Amino acid sequence: MAPTGQRRSGYSRRAQYNLFTGYIVAGIGALIGAVLLVLSFFQPQLFGGLRGAAADGVSPATETSATVRTGSKSIWDSISGYYRAGSKNAELKREMEIARIRLAEAQAVEQENLRLKALLGLREEDIEPVAVTRLVGSTASSTRRFAYVGAGSDQGVEVGMPIRSPRGVVGRVLETGSDSARILLLTDTESVLPVRRASDEVVAFAEGRGDGLLRIRLINLGINPLEKGDLFVTSGAGGYYRPGAAVAILVEKTDDGGLARMVSDPAATDFVSIDPIFEPEAALAVETPTETELSD
Amino acid sequence: MERIDPRARSDAYGNRINRSHSTFLATVVPWGSILLASILPLFPIASALPLLPPLGFLMLLGWRLVRPGLLPVWAGIPLGLFDDLFSGQPFGFAILTWSLALIGIEILEGRLPWRAFWQDWFTAGIVVSVYLIVGWLLSGATPNIHSLIALVPQLVLSILLFPILSRIVARLDRFRLHRWRTI
Repeated sequence: MAPTGQRRSGYSRRAQYNLFTGYIVAGIGALIGAVLLVLSFFQPQLFGGLRGAAADGVSPATETSATVRTGSKSIWDSISGYYRAGSKNAELKREMEIARIRLAEAQAVEQENLRLKALLGLREEDIEPVAVTRLVGSTASSTRRFAYVGAGSDQGVEVGMPIRSPRGVVGRVLETGSDSARILLLTDTESVLPVRRASDEVVAFAEGRGDGLLRIRLINLGINPLEKGDLFVTSGAGGYYRPGAAVAILVEKTDDGGLARMVSDPAATDFVSIDPIFEPEAALAVETPTETELSD
Repeated sequence: MERIDPRARSDAYGNRINRSHSTFLATVVPWGSILLASILPLFPIASALPLLPPLGFLMLLGWRLVRPGLLPVWAGIPLGLFDDLFSGQPFGFAILTWSLALIGIEILEGRLPWRAFWQDWFTAGIVVSVYLIVGWLLSGATPNIHSLIALVPQLVLSILLFPILSRIVARLDRFRLHRWRTI
């Protein structure tokens, strides 16, 4: 469309000053933006309060839409199930999938028990989740992979707590608002999680690649023992995650490990539980930024 | 008169007799629609990849290119501040880039005052591409080739969405200037 004549101020002093001030303000605004950007690079948590309040503000809407989304998805599931072989088929398939993961997890637990029995009478009790809530939204247009859950500091959620779905690990809490919390998903490039192969003691790091896959990096280099279809579970190192929760399945082998797909894809997750930090003392002891801690 | 031409006493915004524009709507609709578009990507969950186009930024471009002169040059500051709260990028990113985009378009408009829609689309495509790549560089995470590849579907979607969004902006503009009954 043709521009209006607003850009031409003519002889009017007032119009000239208005136009000029507009440009100055825009320039200053860009500068302020640059300063804020630099600040938030060095202090990422600086504006967390503001973001938390904003997320709290929209949480009624996002929670409603999450409910609708889950509802419509389950309707769609049963329609597609009926279309194929009755509505139960879809449900059974889902159960079967979870059962398969559970089985692999159980194997991992067995392995773990063998190891622990070798030590002194170390005992773990069942963990009571801090809150059970919905995954209400995600930053779907940014390169960073963040999501929001519908529980915050009012429900006792704290920074660093792990988020699990019925299938496996989803991520951990990054910032808390009073009624919502921002979580770092495993696929974010800043997320690093210590894992081990469910069947044995091969330990590795699962790093997000930013494109939906996880990169499995073995700690002990040498002959790569991994195979396609290997399930990785949390190893409990670092103190944040309880050991033995399903994380990812290997889809491709590389020189130093492999590429893995998340077991608990956030897009298919409705309800998540927020667990307390597994070993708060250990987590505190290694509280250095993940990047510096794990770089080689 | 009506018998000869039924639209004699009306224009694109409705009947002209006994009706006038609403100042409230005329001011609120552009700003409100951009703010709403900033929040929208929060709702659908598509978490494996960054798939949704930056709707807030596209809406801003839409209003700026379809209706030049409506948004002031400094509009990037308040609108970007709001977008920063929800976008997931480091705080200040949208304030900086939205302001720069508006200043850039202002300069471009000085050189090319008369444009067709194709040129607008071309401008928007380039601006969105630069915006997404700068967003990838300045996301606060270490940029790697895989996340750059993951950006491609989002980029294509953003460019394809612009014509639709500019139609929506045109519709919203008609609604903005609709004549309401006054007594």
